[in-house]
Amino acid sequence: MYGLGIVKGMAVTLRHFTETYLDDLRWAFRGGRYHNEEALKVRQHLGKNRGAVTINYPEEKLPMPERFRFIPFLVTDDPPPGQNWGHDWCTSCGICAKVCPPQCIWIKRGTKPNGRPKPEPEEFYIDIDICMNCGFCAEFCPFDAIKMDHDYELADYDRTYSHIHDKARLSKPISYWREIVPAKAAAEEAARELAEQSKGKRRSKDDEPEPQLADDVQRQLFYKGVLY
Amino acid sequence: MSDEALSEEAMQNEVVEVRVHTDPVEEAVERLTERFPEVVEDPRPDFGGYMVPANQIRDVAAYVRDELGFDYLSSVTGLDLIDEGKMEVVYHTYSIDKGGSALVLKVHVDREEPTVPSLTPMWPGADFQEREIWDLYGINFEGHPDQRRILLWDGFEGHPMRKDWHEPFYEEEHKPFGSRWPGGEVFRAEERNPYGKNVQYPAGWQPESLEFNPDTEVYAGMTVTREATPGLKTEKVTVNMGPQHPSTHGVFRMVVTLDGETVLKLEPVMGYLHRNHEQIGERNTFIQNIPFTDRLDYLSSMGNNHGYVLAVEQLLGSKVPERAEWIRILMVELNRISNHAWALGFLLNDMGAFQTPALYMITERELIVDFFEATAGSRMMCNYMRFGGVAYDLPTEFRGQPTMEFLDELIYEQIPRFIEEMDVYLTNNEIVRARGIGVGTLSAEEAIAYSTAGPVLRASGVPYDVRRAEPYSYYDELDFDIAVFYNGDVYDRYLVRIEEMRQSVRILKQILPHLRSTMGAPIVEGKPQYAIRVPRGGDAYGRVENPKGELGFYITAKTRSSNPERYHVRAPSFINLTALGKMCRGHKVADIVTILGSIDIVLGEVDR
Ligand code: SF4
Ligand code: SF4
Repeated sequence: MYGLGIVKGMAVTLRHFTETYLDDLRWAFRGGRYHNEEALKVRQHLGKNRGAVTINYPEEKLPMPERFRFIPFLVTDDPPPGQNWGHDWCTSCGICAKVCPPQCIWIKRGTKPNGRPKPEPEEFYIDIDICMNCGFCAEFCPFDAIKMDHDYELADYDRTYSHIHDKARLSKPISYWREIVPAKAAAEEAARELAEQSKGKRRSKDDEPEPQLADDVQRQLFYKGVLY
Repeated sequence: MSDEALSEEAMQNEVVEVRVHTDPVEEAVERLTERFPEVVEDPRPDFGGYMVPANQIRDVAAYVRDELGFDYLSSVTGLDLIDEGKMEVVYHTYSIDKGGSALVLKVHVDREEPTVPSLTPMWPGADFQEREIWDLYGINFEGHPDQRRILLWDGFEGHPMRKDWHEPFYEEEHKPFGSRWPGGEVFRAEERNPYGKNVQYPAGWQPESLEFNPDTEVYAGMTVTREATPGLKTEKVTVNMGPQHPSTHGVFRMVVTLDGETVLKLEPVMGYLHRNHEQIGERNTFIQNIPFTDRLDYLSSMGNNHGYVLAVEQLLGSKVPERAEWIRILMVELNRISNHAWALGFLLNDMGAFQTPALYMITERELIVDFFEATAGSRMMCNYMRFGGVAYDLPTEFRGQPTMEFLDELIYEQIPRFIEEMDVYLTNNEIVRARGIGVGTLSAEEAIAYSTAGPVLRASGVPYDVRRAEPYSYYDELDFDIAVFYNGDVYDRYLVRIEEMRQSVRILKQILPHLRSTMGAPIVEGKPQYAIRVPRGGDAYGRVENPKGELGFYITAKTRSSNPERYHVRAPSFINLTALGKMCRGHKVADIVTILGSIDIVLGEVDR
């Protein structure tokens, strides 16, 4: 019969249309379908969701998965009281600047008073207009000193210099990293400890530091994916 | 029957089932070199392919196409061999019937006045590709019916892919740039090249003196030629559809000549999103290109990653661990489903079912891209594959559910349910049928001649799928059918995509047990490295069946170099557009929109 296809299709639309309202009713006495943590979880859960799955951003936000990556930040020690950040973890080795695909990292290596390079950046810039959020800098930094952030609300009225993040803007304490990605941060910490131990062992044996191994151990832990 | 006898019988059965892979290329080459003694193997070590003298390329191509059966000209690539003072054009031809690898033909011409006979008269699919080479390299294709710039604007000075052409923000030949470390002084590229100085003009041309007659220049498209068809009061009108038009899926223009409502001629105009991706790729190191490939066809970045790493792995000689291969297939097939869901949703948009089907379609896609985000870190710009493996293992859990449980539910329930629902919803809908059947037809011969790929090719009755024709990864071990339909119209392209989603589900079901059994196994070969150098130079062509069609990467490199010498993308969206004019001719103006929707283009890949 001509038109049967349309009728069948309309039935699908009708079901989709009513489902959301029915779900609304279901949640009516449990805090509502929207702006409700519990309902959001169910709405996002595969197989349990009924009706529209949309999120009322910005009132509702999806939790970020740990591996979510946005503009990087620099890790520092937890700050001493009265200060915003502590000692930089970055040793200004330059690996991140070399691997960065659009070349948006600028690092000025620190110098000691005697003119020798100091393992600490004097200046560190990332042009976030150019950054493509690829995550290579965090992936290849051997010192866990640069990490991908979860803060994606960076809209700004100025499109020039406010988008060049300097060291002050980039630095965030390690406690922040632990807060946004607890499991991954713990795994990294375990890896660092392991690396430290194996390094210590080697030292005591034949006085030959082998940073390669430490690196290796750390990578393996990551790539296994079992730790987080 | 004893166990031994059983297993013996099983063995015999197996022997019967084993297909004999004879390389069609070897046989063809034998005949080719016999017929044309001037055709010789590329003498450079580690380079493949056969050198053809420029004045013979047409004869050789005709012989290859008609006698040897390599009837599918997949890719035409230009190269600038500045050290040798030469320009090169590389043709990749395939045999649709026999499958297998490419018969590669290469032509060397003098760099000062590069001229190569055009193959467009034989293979209309070479049209846009040769125009692109003219545009970017300045190689002149003799006999090309319409040799104009295609990606850049007409007043552009120079040919930007030549090795001696430097962009206004040029810093160094290769990354990493020395100015970034250890004495990094930050600057903005716009400051060094303020507006007005960042463009080069042809000599003697003043932008201020640009005289501009709106009637002839901008509205050239709207000229009405008062030339009535006998007996009917119609006028020939030329209309611009785009560049800003909701139906063009991006910034894309079609110059359409209409007789009343009937399309007489349609010509795509593109390049609005051109960023010289290939030159960026040649400045980049090998690993830096991976995130850039995400930006080509941004709806299927996993597939783009896959094609690129396959090409570079040929140069590196990597061996991918088993688990990594299964994860790659998992990601690529999920990506195919999400891409087709998007394509079909927006095809329906183009037919006039505004947004409702599109939103139903992308509900499941949402789950897939969120899974990508949990695994790779980003929903669309996945940057997930690495040379010799993948970047991360699957997460242990996704949204509070163990990952494997989630995948089971997704692959066994959610996605099949969604596909069947959409099937009920749309396939027999009378409007979809009326708008789709018989619209934008392309016969099998035309589809091959126009070098179309992917669903466009398969909807025309050509069962050609790279996953079967030249299996990569573990596709030869997987059981699936090539979706093929025979009418070559919009409706069949719709059906092909629905069927391909079903086949993807079938593949996914087969790889779940492998993902379970390889849990915890290595996912990348060796230690991840950021400074990768190829042990040997040479050229490599890696191709995958992307949702849009065959995506190929042609890469050449010098020995021990850390960046590609040539990085070419065979972009399926771009090449499929070659046939758009042909498909639209004779149809109504409203059909253009559905025909374009049925090709499923992404402008990031068209314009590169
Ligand atoms: S790779 Fe890490 S330690 Fe090295 S410069 Fe970058 S942030 Fe600093
Ligand atoms: S995320 Fe990628 S683009 Fe951004 S700073 Fe790091 S390496 Fe560079």
